[in-house]
Amino acid sequence: MSTRTERIRRAGMPYLLLVPALVLELIVHIAPMVTGIVMAFKDLTQEYIRNWGSAPWAGLGNFRIAVDFDAPVGEALLRSFGITCAFTVLAVGLAWLLGVTAAILMQDAFRGRAALRALFLTPYALPVYAAVITWSFLLQREGGLVNHVLHDQLGLVDEPPFWLVGDNSFLALVVVSVWRTWPFAFLMLTAALQNIPRDVYEASALDGAGIWRQIRHVTLPALRPVNMVLLLVLFLWTFNDFNVPFVLFGKSAPESADLISLHIYQSSFATWDFGAGSAMSVLLLLFLLVVTACYLLLTRERSRPRGR
Amino acid sequence: MRRFRTAAAAALTTALTVALATGCGGGTTTGGGASNSKPKELTYWASNQGSSLEHDKKVLGPELEKFEKRTGIKVKLEVIPWSNLLDRILAAASSGEGPDVLNIGNTWSSSLQKSGALLPLDDEALAKTGGKKRFSPSAFAATGQRGETPVAVPLYSLTYALYYHKKRFEQAGIDGPPKTWKELVAAGKKLTGDGRYGLAVEGGDPVENSHHAFVFAKQHGSDFFDAKGNPTFDSPGNVKAVKQYVDFVAGDRIAAKGNAEYAARQSVRDFAKGKAGMLLWQAARSQLLANGMKDGEWGVAPVPVRSASDGGQRAVNSMVAGINLAVFKDTDNRDGALEFVKFMTSTAEQKKLNDTYGSISPVLRAQQAPPRDEDEKVMRAVLADSSAPLPQVPDESKFETLVGTAMKELFADAAAGRSVTEESVRQRLGEAQQKMRK
Repeated sequence: MSTRTERIRRAGMPYLLLVPALVLELIVHIAPMVTGIVMAFKDLTQEYIRNWGSAPWAGLGNFRIAVDFDAPVGEALLRSFGITCAFTVLAVGLAWLLGVTAAILMQDAFRGRAALRALFLTPYALPVYAAVITWSFLLQREGGLVNHVLHDQLGLVDEPPFWLVGDNSFLALVVVSVWRTWPFAFLMLTAALQNIPRDVYEASALDGAGIWRQIRHVTLPALRPVNMVLLLVLFLWTFNDFNVPFVLFGKSAPESADLISLHIYQSSFATWDFGAGSAMSVLLLLFLLVVTACYLLLTRERSRPRGR
Repeated sequence: MRRFRTAAAAALTTALTVALATGCGGGTTTGGGASNSKPKELTYWASNQGSSLEHDKKVLGPELEKFEKRTGIKVKLEVIPWSNLLDRILAAASSGEGPDVLNIGNTWSSSLQKSGALLPLDDEALAKTGGKKRFSPSAFAATGQRGETPVAVPLYSLTYALYYHKKRFEQAGIDGPPKTWKELVAAGKKLTGDGRYGLAVEGGDPVENSHHAFVFAKQHGSDFFDAKGNPTFDSPGNVKAVKQYVDFVAGDRIAAKGNAEYAARQSVRDFAKGKAGMLLWQAARSQLLANGMKDGEWGVAPVPVRSASDGGQRAVNSMVAGINLAVFKDTDNRDGALEFVKFMTSTAEQKKLNDTYGSISPVLRAQQAPPRDEDEKVMRAVLADSSAPLPQVPDESKFETLVGTAMKELFADAAAGRSVTEESVRQRLGEAQQKMRK
């Protein structure tokens, strides 16, 4: 056997091993995605759901309605988009902050550290439906634990506030979402912290660095690669989150907490207008693509000089 | 190499993002239709009629066994909560993978008829289930668009009624149930105080809201669709109707602010516990019993009207509510499914099931029996004389979602202390109408 075929065979082996994964990826992800995109260009209503291939083509009609911000449909979509952006920034920021704080505090060994770590991870281990339904009970205006504490026991508010309808529902949503996602940030960052050698801290302490300087100049730079991925993943999860608002508010979310995923669901499933829903999904997809691409480009540019 | 890897990672992440973002969607082209390839089994999706899903399983289980003994067909039962039922049906329709026989809300009949998901019950099929003549005409009218082959038969019929708490009425010195809305508001004000209220409404539930909007609009001589089936949500009569209903919380304040977030039958609980003196509900008996009330502790009366002298459309005080039984078009056991429909609508089964669930049988022969209780007496009279079916247009379910949600927001406004005016109602209804788009 010549060395050349041998080389090709060696080089080809990894790709061969990847084929099953690629095929599955195609079936599980790419095919439904392409279907969704095709649907966005169709006038797909209940008339055609049994055989959606026969639905008439709508051209860009669905998109035009979605981005006509002067009309109610487009205006509502834009509003929902704005709310989702604000929600994502807040929820991801807080989840990360909580995660990094807890991870740093748990870095040094102390009695009960393992138990505390396990406790912190429970929200992540609970099934999302059960956890969020419990939150919805806690947040009920009458008989809910939150109002019981705020109003009945502490007397902080004159009248028990609403958490599941009206303006406060945004706050409720942020809290529940942060509660759901911060353990993941905590887990990732705890793992990342294990890789920072202890002697770096000792050396910096000898040089007179206090705890804040250590965090700023040792811990955070060392966490940078993990943070890059972590923030992206948290952003995508939170921006697209459907389960939490759906379980918390039901099919029609209050206006102040009208996240885009639930909004699209309402525009398609609840009103039987699947073409419009798909068009909105495609727009959402384009937005996320642009954000992700920009994010990766920016973080790559910045990390290159340090890498070499 | 490093550069290549970064680019590859970027590409992969991007691809995954795309996949994450369009996780929804899908749908296949399904051909085929009804067949008889699995003659010994059926899957039945039942809606939640009892006090819980478990209750339904207990009620239906023995009946399904009876059917199996008679025909040798095993019926697999799944009870589906109302919040999921429509989504499940739509998913089943687009995939072709679904039950053989299913319950649908009768207001969905036209929409589902247009989707082609349900087996059209032509004369031949209807003959196999015992024929159309067995059913009350008003209930059968809600099985599809007029002039087209029906896609279901009525199974349980319901109307709204006014439930009142006898003891609380006595304590407040109110003689009997109110007959007009003016009387209801007056009675409500007498009942309100000390953390207790006159009326409980399910303000966070869009479907419930839309049903009341329909009836209140009728009483104002108004409709949500014109004769051609085009939406007329923000017409003056509809605005007044919706405002009148929301005003129970906003203006009259005979219902608690907290009702704005009720969407899980909390209003029934409040009524049963005496926290509210009145309730507008369909066949509440089993739910009231489940909440600890005893027979005789509540009274039933027709839903009030605006003026006792009103006639025709203005005297309408309930929608024709009900549950229909349909056969899924992609069934593998067409004959068995029709046999099962016949069994479920037989006089004996109808009596048994409707008595348990507190609904009225749409089968004429079952209606000949003397009414079992006050509930049934009132509902039978309302169904016969003063109820109207929700618009049988394909866009009906959009009306329920959009108008019901607009009302939910109005209740939230009222709860937050913002005023609800005709102008704010018109604006919300106008927005809802524009979302109908075609």
